[in-house]
Amino acid sequence: MSLYAGKRQALEEAFIERDDAIPRGKPRSVSRDALRRLRANKAAMTAIVIFALIVIAAIVGPHLVPYDFETPDWSAFTAPPSIESGHYFGTDQNGRDLLARTLYGTRVSLLVALIATTVSVVVGVLYGAIAGFAGGRVDSAMMRFVDVMYALPYILFVILLMVMFGRNVFLLFAAIGLLEWLTMARIVRGQTLSLKEKEFVEAARAGGVSNFAIILRHIVPNLVGPVVIYATLTIPEIVVTESFLSYLGFGVQEPLTSLGTLISEGAAALGAADWLLLFPGGVLIVMLLALAFIGDGLRDAFDPKDR
Amino acid sequence: MPETLLSVENLSTVFTLPGRALLAKSARLTAVSDVSFCLEEGETLGIVGESGCGKSTLGRSILRLIEPTEGRVVWQGRSLTALSKTEMRKARRDLSIIFQDPVASLDPRMNVGQIIEEPLKIAEPKLLRGERRKRVERVMDEVGLAPEMINRYPHEFSGGQAQRIGIARAIVTEPKLIVCDEPVSALDVSIQAQIVNLLKALKERMGLTLIFISHDLSVVRLVSDRILVLYLGRIVEIGPRQQVFQNPAHPYTQALLSAAPIPDPVVARSRERTALQGDPPSPINPPSGCGFRTRCPIAREDCAKDLPPLAKVDADHQVACLFWTEVRADPALAAG
Repeated sequence: MSLYAGKRQALEEAFIERDDAIPRGKPRSVSRDALRRLRANKAAMTAIVIFALIVIAAIVGPHLVPYDFETPDWSAFTAPPSIESGHYFGTDQNGRDLLARTLYGTRVSLLVALIATTVSVVVGVLYGAIAGFAGGRVDSAMMRFVDVMYALPYILFVILLMVMFGRNVFLLFAAIGLLEWLTMARIVRGQTLSLKEKEFVEAARAGGVSNFAIILRHIVPNLVGPVVIYATLTIPEIVVTESFLSYLGFGVQEPLTSLGTLISEGAAALGAADWLLLFPGGVLIVMLLALAFIGDGLRDAFDPKDR
Repeated sequence: MPETLLSVENLSTVFTLPGRALLAKSARLTAVSDVSFCLEEGETLGIVGESGCGKSTLGRSILRLIEPTEGRVVWQGRSLTALSKTEMRKARRDLSIIFQDPVASLDPRMNVGQIIEEPLKIAEPKLLRGERRKRVERVMDEVGLAPEMINRYPHEFSGGQAQRIGIARAIVTEPKLIVCDEPVSALDVSIQAQIVNLLKALKERMGLTLIFISHDLSVVRLVSDRILVLYLGRIVEIGPRQQVFQNPAHPYTQALLSAAPIPDPVVARSRERTALQGDPPSPINPPSGCGFRTRCPIAREDCAKDLPPLAKVDADHQVACLFWTEVRADPALAAG
């Protein structure tokens, strides 16, 4: 076989046709493609700008407003919005500046939503991916547990958690996140079931990658689309839950405030001081609409096929 | 003297299908049944058969990507089927696979460099980042891809290029055996030739042993030294390429060969063809005796009694047909 080795090799080299036409432009990862599509979506981009403004206002706003959210202005009780007095959103029955309270309430609502969504994403993705990837009995057992959790009444849990955590709102919402992951786990499990049959997962196994590493390196990154979409839809859900619980008196306690608490107080004063409902209510609606548009835009960007 | 690299002994793979009703007995699908063969270093074994005959399951069972139900796979004197999961993961650097669908076999979230280096990271964890990257670039060059593509993502490539990436991933750990599971059937014909030539050249250069699974006889003929014909998960014929193609001893092999298209219309019109009627029987409920008897032109009563054993046609050519001498003597009989 070593006869004419050089010639053989030269022939062989000539025989292998190369196929190295380099695709044009910059490398396009899936996420970069999605971002490009998102940028082309005007409604979503507007929503992102509005939402960003709300977030920025909630973070820096309270420092810029001359009044703080808990100190009464003794000269203005239930004052209507006016530019001269500096109470642009008016004041409440205790003389506290509504603009400062709305900004502060938005901050609390967003923070609570962020905590609960993060908890639900982390738990839901890991739980769902493990159940879907393991399959068989493990999957059945894990998903039956989810079904049981679904069947338990939500409000009962909240009351139990209230007893456990008392007045710590942030712990309470971390716990609410622990309830919210159920839907996320179901979505992720469904996606994982189809992903794990893909040949690239088999290729990884053939390369000796361990199951856990396959879940982290191949399954979870491919779940980004549905997870991001569902997470943006979870944020408004938590904001609404928080508002609802605060409205019932379970949520944030005075003098701390949140959008839900403000709306609940404003609703009581409806007719006498409409601005107490209109301003926080308006902020909540704008925020929820913006989040819904962002979620929609992300869905279109990540799966252009299912429009 | 080439040594035996791999021997497969009485390998069976059975899938348990979930029962339809709650307490119904679950059905058992025998995808691969009692398959034995040996593979010498440097040879290429072609596995052919209709779709659903267990070709891919056999390939995957050998690599334990699907756990075989019975039998042993002996690799260089060591039984793979007896290894623990961790040991098996270590053994995988010598064994590799190339898939049918080039795009589906690449993770869309990883770039080419990450895809190719993944098995290398496991095989040689001590390799430094820079060295690993150099290895990846060298392998890319070897399969005819430009190393500048290393940061690109799978969806930016053509099918042929994607398959080259798959091949690069398969050879980066310098394996000894590669299972090629229909590596060209998803590609354009012009690209098929490129990929087949690439595989042949790599095989020569790296001294690879290949198991080449395909339903395309012309491709199998081009690359294989020996041919294994599978029907309903069983070996019906195994032997050197020349013998199987020119002098098939099993009526099924004859039918397969006569169904393969010939690029010359004059020859094509003049030859006799045996078109097989119907579909292969269900592997959930295979016929008694010889699995092929329901479609065999020369089936007789005896065929329904027992499984036909593998008979020796000559030294390394075996066939599982009771009447192979007649088939061989009079090919027209099967063409009937």
